[in-house]
Amino acid sequence: MARVVVDVMLKPEILDPQGQAIAGACSRLGFEGIEQVRQGKRFEVEVEGEVDEAKIADVRRLAETLLANTVIEEFRVHVAS
Amino acid sequence: MTRSVLMTARVGVVTFPGSLDDKDAARAVALAGAEPVSLWHGDADLKGVDAVVLPGGFSYGDYLRCGAIARFAPLMSELVPAARSGALPVLGICNGFQILCESHLLPGALTRNSSLRFVNREQRLRVENTSTAWTGDYTEGQEILVVLKSGEGSYVADEATLDELEAADRVVVRYADANPNGSRRGIAGITNEHGNVVGLMPHPEHAVEALTGPSTEGLGFFTSILAHLAARTPAGV
Repeated sequence: MARVVVDVMLKPEILDPQGQAIAGACSRLGFEGIEQVRQGKRFEVEVEGEVDEAKIADVRRLAETLLANTVIEEFRVHVAS
Repeated sequence: MTRSVLMTARVGVVTFPGSLDDKDAARAVALAGAEPVSLWHGDADLKGVDAVVLPGGFSYGDYLRCGAIARFAPLMSELVPAARSGALPVLGICNGFQILCESHLLPGALTRNSSLRFVNREQRLRVENTSTAWTGDYTEGQEILVVLKSGEGSYVADEATLDELEAADRVVVRYADANPNGSRRGIAGITNEHGNVVGLMPHPEHAVEALTGPSTEGLGFFTSILAHLAARTPAGV
């Protein structure tokens, strides 16, 4: 069994009020020099057998179809090491 | 006897796991004079209804994204092509609007309120398009008082899409007072190119009776669809 990871983030132009709230908490907690925080999602997809190009393509299709809303989000697919 | 006397318009109301306002929507349909028909998300069967309401609530617990999983329900495989073609009128309220956006029947998306707070209040709206299947009984510019209750009601789309919506007069309702959730250009509801699909975040079905609502001004959405369907039925058939 192998693991393919899909990271989903809001597109840069989409307001992320959750990330802003976290950034506000950072400065209150004394973590200095943090200019911005953006919050995203990570999906760990377990697939049968070896990960090959076809499997990665399948996961990419899954990400486009379900895991991300490409109207507001972008995603990155990679194989977990 | 004419067909219109024999037939009552049948308006389906879909129940998904986690739907909350399906009963209220059905009640609004009945108050307007139509026959509400319960539709189940798991059945790929529209039961021959004349129009469909996707009600508010938290389908599938809002997991993943609001409406993202409901979009793939068996019923939606029947609804989406019929709605996209312009043939089937569909009204999406709150979670129903989110489902319509996730289904790409309407452009854009609904994201977390800019305040990060769930907003639950009476909300004044301005009706800007009265040519849709669901808003014909209003007058352009009319202000109505309904209910807004959502945590992810901030309407977003890229600037080109927003410009296109405005140019084609596809903004159906706009927040009349201060913007409650950070929606781009104060947009509360939009329609598709045919005017048969309308989605809005506020709840007209909660403003249909003096006893329980802030007004009865939400009823117009439901009487509008009746008038729309009656006008569509060939006379004397």
